[in-house]
Amino acid sequence: MGIGLTHFLILSGILFSLGIFGIATRKNAILVLMSLELILNSANINFVAFSRFGGVNIEGQIAALFVIVLAAAEVAVALAIVLNIYQNYHHVNVDEINQMKG
Amino acid sequence: MNTLELVFYLFAFIVVLSAMGVVFSRKLMYSAFSLLFTFFGVAGLYAVLNADFLAVVQIMIYVGGILVLIIFGVMLTSKVTGVDIVSGGTGKTLYIGSTVVSAAMLFFLTYLYNTVNWHLPEVTKYSETSLDAIGNLLLTKYVLTFLVAAILLLIAFIGAALIARKGN
Repeated sequence: MGIGLTHFLILSGILFSLGIFGIATRKNAILVLMSLELILNSANINFVAFSRFGGVNIEGQIAALFVIVLAAAEVAVALAIVLNIYQNYHHVNVDEINQMKG
Repeated sequence: MNTLELVFYLFAFIVVLSAMGVVFSRKLMYSAFSLLFTFFGVAGLYAVLNADFLAVVQIMIYVGGILVLIIFGVMLTSKVTGVDIVSGGTGKTLYIGSTVVSAAMLFFLTYLYNTVNWHLPEVTKYSETSLDAIGNLLLTKYVLTFLVAAILLLIAFIGAALIARKGN
């Protein structure tokens, strides 16, 4: 048997679990963002795999394209917020940030 | 084992190994550079899946845009230059708990993907290049989504510039 849908799905499952692990265990906000990118990439792999094997044709790729656009917008805003947090707290550890107004 | 399988396993290996590097590496800069290889590996997987346009977009936006932004973020949120920025963990119990949870999630997902009987039609005609079809669909069926995404990007970047400004 060749490379089928399941191969890609399991790969994206591994990527997703690694992303969840990174979000849950790391303190640094930038690393949490990186893990988030891993999760978005795993979702994208699923979209494209289903567009290739599942008969969704090209529309799966378009969904993946919009996910990439959203990821770009998300990371820009999130990094701006992280920079602001750094100005107020002088660190970016997500478990020690507990004030709404710094 | 034919060439396609070989290429798939090569890229899958790169993706998994570098994603583990992102998550497990102690130094933040190493994580950022591991992320580079993850994005390249995912772009290669898109190419394996006949999504050539998406592979190019992945390299241009993720590697050229998002990764540079993240590396800027790493450098701007460190106190001293020349000292490695270390990302600490969140304590032993939470570490073990989240290891268990993510491992359980991995097993559940793998089980699900292996047992579900996906509807797999015979792929009779699949276009050699996806660029024409994507362009056509974006300007006909998905034109509203396309415009909304454009406006969203504009608003997000203006908002990001406003938030990141010093002394607001």
